[in-house]
Amino acid sequence: MWIYEKKLEFPVKIKQTNPGLAKIIISQYGGPNGELGAALRYLSQRFTMVTPQAKAVLNDIGTEELAHLEMIGSIVHQLSDDADPEEIKKHGFDSYYVDHGIGIYPASAAGVPFTAAYLQSTGDPRTDLYENMAADENNV
Amino acid sequence: MCKNDERDSLLKKISVLDFIAVDLNLFLDTHPDDEEVIERYNNIIQEADSLRYEFEEMYGPLCSFRSMSPENEFKWINCPWPWQKAFNFNVKECCK
Repeated sequence: MWIYEKKLEFPVKIKQTNPGLAKIIISQYGGPNGELGAALRYLSQRFTMVTPQAKAVLNDIGTEELAHLEMIGSIVHQLSDDADPEEIKKHGFDSYYVDHGIGIYPASAAGVPFTAAYLQSTGDPRTDLYENMAADENNV
Repeated sequence: MCKNDERDSLLKKISVLDFIAVDLNLFLDTHPDDEEVIERYNNIIQEADSLRYEFEEMYGPLCSFRSMSPENEFKWINCPWPWQKAFNFNVKECCK
């Protein structure tokens, strides 16, 4: 199980509203290389790892990805929550806003909703670990 | 500077220690026999635990269903929450 701790892994305190930036950063939340995919990838793959080290690493990194997800959500929230309609339109946030308002929705910057097709869990530890290398190469 | 200075300072100290603890945890996952790092890890955990206790006494619970509540008020629901600006300290300006 998980225990929620009421703080961020690293603080997020955005000074300047910027819905245009929010529209890009949402991809790190629910896009093809985002934190949600990473968390689900590791937390799903851990069940069939065979060494103590690999089980622990996937369990603990998967957990940390959830903390990253929360930070990214906080960034998008703070960038967009007090944007006025003019700013929203001017910075291209309107195509997101029309469906989600100032809500946080797991989707890519291009508007593609999050899908489990972004990740793989094969039951074979070696295959999964190779998949992780490919995935995390994009996450840096 | 503001009334939250002490609270922010304490939260920053805890956050710094936790950040180190997470990384040491991940390192130890693949280096479980490294006694020097285990000692550092334990020291960080101990220090963070005592600061966490201090924070919760003054500002309310940090953890869901792990932290005691004051008897007259369930402070867990108090705002702000971590995703709000007001919750977070400024990394550069806070409590140097």
